[in-house]
Amino acid sequence: MNKPNERILRPTRGLVSVNLAELWRFRELLGLLAWRDVLVRYKQTYLGVAWAVLQPVLTVVVFSVLFGRLAKFENWGAPYPILTLAALLPWQFFANALTESSSSLVASARIISKVYFPRLIIPVSAVLSGTLDALIATGILLVLMPFYGIAFRPELLLLPLFFLAAFLPALAAGVWFSALNVKYRDVRYVVPFLTRLGMYVAPVAFLWQTMLPEKWRLLYHLNPLVGPIDGFRWCVLGDKFMPYWPGFWLGVGLSFLTLIFGLIYFRQVEKTFADIV
Amino acid sequence: MSTPIISINGVGKRFILGDGNEHDTLRDHLTAGIRKLFGGAKKKAAEEYWALRDVSFDVNEGEVVGIIGHNGAGKSTLLKILSQISEPTEGEIRVRGRIASLLEVGTGFHPELSGRENIYLNGAILGMTRAEIRSKFDEIVAFAEVEKFLDTPVKRYSSGMYVRLAFAVAAHLEPEILVVDEVLAVGDAAFQNRCLGKLDAVARAGRTVLFVSHNLAALSTLCRTGLWLHKGAVRQRGEIGELIDGYLASAASGGNGFSAQQRTGSGQVRITNLRVEGGSAPDTAAFGRPCRIVLEYEAERAGLPVRFLIGVYDWAQQRVMALDNVSAGGLPEMLPKHGVLTIEIPADFSLTSGRYSLNVAAELHGENVDFIKSALAFNVDEGDFFGTGRMPYGKAAVLVKHTWRLES
Repeated sequence: MNKPNERILRPTRGLVSVNLAELWRFRELLGLLAWRDVLVRYKQTYLGVAWAVLQPVLTVVVFSVLFGRLAKFENWGAPYPILTLAALLPWQFFANALTESSSSLVASARIISKVYFPRLIIPVSAVLSGTLDALIATGILLVLMPFYGIAFRPELLLLPLFFLAAFLPALAAGVWFSALNVKYRDVRYVVPFLTRLGMYVAPVAFLWQTMLPEKWRLLYHLNPLVGPIDGFRWCVLGDKFMPYWPGFWLGVGLSFLTLIFGLIYFRQVEKTFADIV
Repeated sequence: MSTPIISINGVGKRFILGDGNEHDTLRDHLTAGIRKLFGGAKKKAAEEYWALRDVSFDVNEGEVVGIIGHNGAGKSTLLKILSQISEPTEGEIRVRGRIASLLEVGTGFHPELSGRENIYLNGAILGMTRAEIRSKFDEIVAFAEVEKFLDTPVKRYSSGMYVRLAFAVAAHLEPEILVVDEVLAVGDAAFQNRCLGKLDAVARAGRTVLFVSHNLAALSTLCRTGLWLHKGAVRQRGEIGELIDGYLASAASGGNGFSAQQRTGSGQVRITNLRVEGGSAPDTAAFGRPCRIVLEYEAERAGLPVRFLIGVYDWAQQRVMALDNVSAGGLPEMLPKHGVLTIEIPADFSLTSGRYSLNVAAELHGENVDFIKSALAFNVDEGDFFGTGRMPYGKAAVLVKHTWRLES
């Protein structure tokens, strides 16, 4: 101890900023917790990693039959399974992240009441742990594309950016819902409902462009998943599916704001977690 | 005097009881809001509870502080505030160093993960970097004695292995300040002993330790100074021996001589007083000199065939002696209603110097009618055990009279 690094513990008042330096110091823990979530998820299930493959594939099969064959939704000439899978990827990531992170703090109650570290790490690592599933789904998509005669386009290299665009609202929702869940335990009933409903509100099974009057389209992009979903379709299927950019950026901006307010709220209630969780 | 490593200044922690603020649901909030709109809202009076109030003290670098107090005195709350787990309601704490807290062994252990994986996970949760864990990995595994099971999920571990591994990780933390809660309550006696040994090593390495325990003997061996918390306030801060004496005396002054907290049993027989005589001061004994334990009791009626049991425990809570009137004989089978018993232990009793505690029990027809845990702590002073005028050399658990002879 050459230079005493004095810390003062006292009641916090007013707004608390996010301590980025502290978060950075705990980055290893963030990675380890995400790694733990992934490991445990696959160790506990009999099918293990196969789940990560089965889940999107089966959903795509059902959607293709239901909406592609029977309801004959407009597909702009693209193979319906690819159309759906490209959209399902960011949506499923968001839904999983929301489910995992919203319960993350309550599930870590024991750790929270026994050890200190920035609590933000818990929901963030839960969101992060879904990345592997998304990568696996991307792999499936890339394997299926040639099968349906779709050529790889240079825009595919933009996929990570659109993934980030889906990561942002996932993180924002994760931060909000995890903190709300500590205080209001009925949040855990709201989340499954939201993810189930959201799947049909977001343009996963259809092309919103063919259904929505033009005056509504900016409003529709208030759903921050619309932009990333279109982005994925564009990268995979070509320019006909190009996102509506003003809407895309509206969604990104909205997610960003939600995240900022989420962080403020999280920091505000963080200090009480150990007392009430 | 150098600046203290921890300064605690007027710290208080308030909990709100029964206002429904915890675990409330959104629905409650909405309905309450609507009711308020119509003016009918009547808020239930919230009950305040101060777990700690106006606590101030300093801890110097390298000091090993034992914290004592009854359940609910605020010990754990204090540790949680120090560990930054929970925030004080008032006051402030200045800390000049890295704190690691060990409020539980195995925090964050996941049953599905292997021993190896859990070492990394638990280490990170406790604040170690991956490089630190890697460099100590072999030591941790050796200490825990789980080499063969490193890749087995810990859910298949025996509870002993589990606790050993968990403690091993924690024991290899190297913070400037270590905060330890009653972690010694787990594991068997041998394991507890090793934990205490490790804590002792940590303290000897010059690190600052705050240690909460109900094991007074362990506290008096490990710590030089202490803090006595009583009902959320500092009752006394000072030398650990004095503190423990005061603490036991206060416990003994309640009603029948001992506090209800440490006492169980139906009460057909009550042990009302207990003391150790034979050393230089009250409640001390010295080896090489006879010692006497005096026990007073009060029975419901005369003529009960009472069996008194006294267990003598060392600092690691290992029972080193067991005394009882039935095995040793000497008392009439039917005892009077009230009595003062003395137990004489001859000069060659073999406890080494240190601090011991007594559990005492009265049994009637094989059933505990009175049991007092840690009823008394006493010191055994060094003395002339061998009658040679020399003190025994080195530390040992027991002393044995023996002779040396040159054969050729």
